[in-house]
Amino acid sequence: MANQSKRHAVVDTMLCVACGACMEVCPRGAITVWKGSYSVVDDALCIGCGLCAKECPASVIRVEDRP
Amino acid sequence: MKKSHWYNYLWIWSVVYFAMGFFHILFAWLGLISFFLPLIFAVGVGSKGFCNRYCDRGQLLRALGGQKGFSRRKDVPDWMKSKAFRYGFLAFFMAMFANMLCMTYQVYTGAAELRETVTLFWSIPVPWSFAYAGGAEPWAAQFAFGFYSMMLTSAILGILTMLAYKPRSWCVYCPMGTMTQMICRMKAGAKKESNP
Repeated sequence: MANQSKRHAVVDTMLCVACGACMEVCPRGAITVWKGSYSVVDDALCIGCGLCAKECPASVIRVEDRP
Repeated sequence: MKKSHWYNYLWIWSVVYFAMGFFHILFAWLGLISFFLPLIFAVGVGSKGFCNRYCDRGQLLRALGGQKGFSRRKDVPDWMKSKAFRYGFLAFFMAMFANMLCMTYQVYTGAAELRETVTLFWSIPVPWSFAYAGGAEPWAAQFAFGFYSMMLTSAILGILTMLAYKPRSWCVYCPMGTMTQMICRMKAGAKKESNP
């Protein structure tokens, strides 16, 4: 996609506690908690701002360069 | 800044709940709402909707730690988010809950007397008779004292880790959160995913 950000949020799904704190702060509404199990980031919407990573109480979200 | 939702104000329920326990301990029974609602969400629809939006404690910690800025916003230690600790804490909490039910039963059968104390951290008795003037079945009062003890202890733990780490670090090891996530993962049939 042409206007995609250089970076995006990546969730460690094994350690995610599915609390939804990231979903709450995401300014793009890009995060959902998949079936109460772990957070999933919609890559097309994520702008890599890092608010979710900052908020995550378990610190299991990293902002990385897109592949 | 995102706009506030009505559920962001659910922290008020936490404050009201603990305040009511100072006036009449039987109000502690209302804490069962925070037990059954997450379970209904998890078992009923396989969702963590309670944790995600409607948990009064989550909203309280978010308001105090995040909005009011009382949190140091440091990362929780690795052991705290480990499966071993989370499941271990859940098991410990369940054992303490069972112990509380056992005490309630003993009072019900008359094998033990009603103890009008709130026990902090499962070991420190705090005299609480000012919030109970009798009138109810002794076992119902015993359950209320026990349940309030558990709620207050976990709230204090949550506030301590909110101050030391991220605002909602309680959510990392919250026994209800761990249990409902376990239920949801089982329901979703989420296979162990190799992390990319």
